[in-house]
Amino acid sequence: MATEHRTTADDEGGEESGLPLGVSVAAAAVAAAVLLPVLWLVKTGLDVGFEEAVALLTRPTTLEVFLNSAILVALTTAACVLIGVPLAYLTVRTDLPFRRFWTIIVSLPLVIPSYVGAFAFVSAFGPQGGFQRLLAPVGIERIPEIYGLEGTVLILTLYTYPYVYITARAALKSMDTTLIDAARTLEHDRWETFRRVTIPQIRPAVAAGALLSGLYVLADFGTPSIMRYDVFTRVIFVEFGTFGRDTATLLSLQLVAVTLFILWLESRVRGEERTTAGGRSRAAVSLGAWRYPAMGFAALVAGLALVVPLAILLSWLGTASASVNQSLAFEWSYALNSVTVSAAAAAVAVVAGLPVAYLSARHDGLLPAAFERISYVGYAVPGVVLGLALVFFGSQYATPIYQTLYLLVFAYVIRFLPQSVGSLRASFLSVDPALPEAARTLGQTSAGAFRYVTLPLVAPGLFGGAALVFLTTMKELPATLLLRPSGFTTLVTHIWTAYASGYFGQAAVPALVLLFVSGLSMLVILRQEGYDVK
Amino acid sequence: MSNSTQTAVESDAEQRTENGDAERSAGTTSVPGPSAVDDDADVVLELDGLGKSYGSELVVEDLSLSVREGEILTLLGPSGCGKTTTLRLVAGLERPDTGAVRLNGRSVSGSTFVPPEERGVGVVFQEFALFPHLTARENVAFGLKDRPDEEVRERVDDLLELVDLADQGDSYPDQLSGGQQQRVALARSLAPEPEILLLDEPFSNLDVDLRVEMREEVRRIIKETGVTAVSVTHDQEEALSISDRVAVMNDGQIEQVGDPEGVFQHPESRFVAAFLGYASFVPGYVSGDVVETDLGTVPREQIHGLAPEYDRTRIDLLVRPDDVSVRSLDCEGVESSCGRVVARRYLGPTFLYEVELDTGESIQCMHNHDEDVPDSGPVDLELDADHELAWFPREQRPEDDSRYGE
Repeated sequence: MATEHRTTADDEGGEESGLPLGVSVAAAAVAAAVLLPVLWLVKTGLDVGFEEAVALLTRPTTLEVFLNSAILVALTTAACVLIGVPLAYLTVRTDLPFRRFWTIIVSLPLVIPSYVGAFAFVSAFGPQGGFQRLLAPVGIERIPEIYGLEGTVLILTLYTYPYVYITARAALKSMDTTLIDAARTLEHDRWETFRRVTIPQIRPAVAAGALLSGLYVLADFGTPSIMRYDVFTRVIFVEFGTFGRDTATLLSLQLVAVTLFILWLESRVRGEERTTAGGRSRAAVSLGAWRYPAMGFAALVAGLALVVPLAILLSWLGTASASVNQSLAFEWSYALNSVTVSAAAAAVAVVAGLPVAYLSARHDGLLPAAFERISYVGYAVPGVVLGLALVFFGSQYATPIYQTLYLLVFAYVIRFLPQSVGSLRASFLSVDPALPEAARTLGQTSAGAFRYVTLPLVAPGLFGGAALVFLTTMKELPATLLLRPSGFTTLVTHIWTAYASGYFGQAAVPALVLLFVSGLSMLVILRQEGYDVK
Repeated sequence: MSNSTQTAVESDAEQRTENGDAERSAGTTSVPGPSAVDDDADVVLELDGLGKSYGSELVVEDLSLSVREGEILTLLGPSGCGKTTTLRLVAGLERPDTGAVRLNGRSVSGSTFVPPEERGVGVVFQEFALFPHLTARENVAFGLKDRPDEEVRERVDDLLELVDLADQGDSYPDQLSGGQQQRVALARSLAPEPEILLLDEPFSNLDVDLRVEMREEVRRIIKETGVTAVSVTHDQEEALSISDRVAVMNDGQIEQVGDPEGVFQHPESRFVAAFLGYASFVPGYVSGDVVETDLGTVPREQIHGLAPEYDRTRIDLLVRPDDVSVRSLDCEGVESSCGRVVARRYLGPTFLYEVELDTGESIQCMHNHDEDVPDSGPVDLELDADHELAWFPREQRPEDDSRYGE
């Protein structure tokens, strides 16, 4: 029976003998809009001219930028796995004291934008920073250099390991622990069992988390800039600022290519997903005396990632007095601006994501799959590249919306559409296809069935996706810097201005407000996803 | 013991497949197709030459069937035989590639396609498909659109009363037991007074104990409302117990339609015989007034509808396990009916034995658990049926089976 049921369910599209026209057109329009900036960038790149392009791409600096980026991504991703997986294991499988507390605490760094962290770390551990002043009385004049590769890896690891932690945690929680029992009865000790049973089971999830970390690192603009480490994003931004338009374009294309390579690499590493979900799951491993170093490990990570920036920001609150010039004073309208554009981006991303997600969840075939894949372009296009492409496009062909909020929101939507599509698609997939069918047999048209049955059931996923887009848009830095209308200041741009002009103290209030709003969005997401912290 | 049981199960399954294959290769010379209903007057649903395929896979093929007013007809068949697809074609959830569906004489699939919401069909889905965000009341009221509130309330009350759930109206589906969800699903599909009720494997989601109870209950409710119903199942016991008529499906086509007793006792094809209950085929030779078989001679009048043109031909008799018994544990002096027990299956109060005759035939017979039959060794079988036996011409046997070569 199962076979028969599946056949009919899979072919649900056959009901309307093909794809629903309206939804398909909408999804195609979204896909086209998403592709536009990338295609534009490629066109601009082709305009450069072959010889000049070869010359630009083979310069020693270009090679250096490439190597710098590759080393950064490799080291950071490896460090994320080395921190994220053990933390996940400790909070899921062991009797770590205060597990609930640690579970939440070690996922919180996700709320802090990495550039805020970098900012705080530079201030604390940089030359003449707070930390060194603290140590000066005991005779320590020099502490290790925070700038450069080491510092960048440290910061990015501290704020991106939660991606690995969260995915690994989910995989460990859903893993059937009787598999482990089975391995133990087959004469495997605890370590062999971990190596031969647990790791293969959680590998796809860890790879997915590592991919998120790696892509974040590659696309991050703020942190390497603050840490003065030359990677693609930083150099592109600098070149663009100094009218090195061709170089910026070619480096952008190169960055997109590297991103695509990483996506391909991940699909290879992930391998075939042959994991079992469900089954019984229980915390089994007793840590014994190891629980103290284990807690120390979690405390160290959380302390560095959370306590340092919070302490710095709060200490600035006291010092950011009237001594600075008025133009850098914080205004609450900045927060309102941030919230407004983020909310607009979230709303548009959900509306644009609906047809794409619905089509790919409910219909098989080439087109729905293609639309879905295309909507993921945002993952492969770092913010600085997207901003650049839209600046070129907007200033030449879309002047009416250039330097307006429309173009800014458009950029956000392209960048974060994958988040809303992913969330919506999962929701659509979780709705039994028999439910709208039941509504049809009870007298509803297909539109009515969607309105009264499907939509209420996907509402949580819809709001979850919106909250996710909202959260990430609030923190977005490079595209905002490149595309905001002149005179339009958000929390993020204000922080950046304060940093660039050296008045660090002025960044305290907007950074804290940003953390607060991010925290709220995070709560919404955790509630929507029923994130289980037990 | 466990090994021999396994063998019995497997060989049984194999045998069924063989018979099914035999049927197809032999064509339908002696098997009349589903008969057209004599009086068209009270036909509610008519399927006319329906065909449906997914890709290259033909799921339903040239299927015709009529359902009369007020009856419960069950489409019975193994997994993948196309019965659920047939139901979805009737509901308008799928479009047929060929053929037509007529509801009360109106064509709803075929030249024109009427969408499901305009067909007046009620469907009880396999996993009930209750709307999880609505209470039981709201689920039942879902199909009652464009009616005054008061009327909706009364109708819902009546239906919850009918399905014995008057006190559970405000519960959400996840607060209801499987049986209660089943009742809500039934009430919901009946609420808009459909012209026909379709039930897709309605009991497969229930515990075994509950299944028997709900069968009776669902039949009572359907009969009380007088609605015409088409149900789909792979469970022969369920089909035989709730239906007025059964249509046995195989490989996208209907093999036989009739009342449950008729279909069980007089299967028109080997597939139907093997699918409904245990079946063994005993070779025989029609010789004058008797049929000579390995288990002794059977009077010709005990063979159901054996036509004169089969005189002096070889046929197979359909025997059920309760038609055969072990006469003695001693084969001495017996030639034809002697065999060896090769497997035994415990069915609770009875044992099912598989006996291989010296001629190579495999026969199943049933004995009470307290009767003293060994689980291996020689036995002497006898045929002691007191009812008419069904038969099939020998040429329908699989050709590559050397046992039947002459």
